[in-house]
Amino acid sequence: MILTNLESVPGRTIVEHYGLVNGSTIRAKHVGRDIMAGLKNIVGGELKGYTELMNESRTQAIERMVAQAQELGANAVVNVRFSTSQVAQGAAELYVYGTAVKVA
Amino acid sequence: MENEQVSFLQGCLGCVQLLIPVFLLALGFFVGRANERRHYRSIHEREQRWLSVPALANKTIEDPRPVAQAKLVVGEVVISVDYWKRIASILRSLIGGEVRSYSSLLDRARREAVLRMKTQAPSAHAFYNVRLETTSIAGGRNRKSIGAVEVLAYGTAVRFKE
Repeated sequence: MILTNLESVPGRTIVEHYGLVNGSTIRAKHVGRDIMAGLKNIVGGELKGYTELMNESRTQAIERMVAQAQELGANAVVNVRFSTSQVAQGAAELYVYGTAVKVA
Repeated sequence: MENEQVSFLQGCLGCVQLLIPVFLLALGFFVGRANERRHYRSIHEREQRWLSVPALANKTIEDPRPVAQAKLVVGEVVISVDYWKRIASILRSLIGGEVRSYSSLLDRARREAVLRMKTQAPSAHAFYNVRLETTSIAGGRNRKSIGAVEVLAYGTAVRFKE
């Protein structure tokens, strides 16, 4: 499955459009519950544990979108965009969406 | 005699209670500054290496060469706010104006996220339609305060046929 965030796959032509596909994950993020993050809150610096967590949930959201596209019979998703929003206090949703197409 | 000892101990405890936030503040300031300087040095060095491979916001490819491969690449980083930055922002909120302590945090996070995105495709010639998404992560005791900042950078890595 080819993924791009351009409006088409460069070098290939789109032969069919299947419509919007999406995937999302909701992650609960609270630095206070994590002791290491609490220490980092005094001196600053990268929170590697959280980066890993975000990486995993992002991969999961993309996988869900790709699964939807595969069901429709597409072989590429173009115009992929990410969107984040606060859902509940301390929880944020990562939403990824794009147009499922078939490229030659 | 005992009353004097008790009041002396109470005085000591009071001193210690006052010194703890000052100590944390000093720790946040000195160690936080050192961390930030080290991070900026690393960012500068890596940006020099990736200078020939630009990250563009363009949606259209103006290059005449045919495209060999294009794929979505993502880079992400979560950086936490230190104690000094938090106190500085509270002080700034009393007066108003630019919160410079947070500006450097966001600048570091954005540049780091873009660099990580570039390392996902080492053989690319350019990155098109690079977008940035920023989220704030809730802090410790007070849910409204910012604990950390997450920046997600994504774009399409393009390799041209030579």
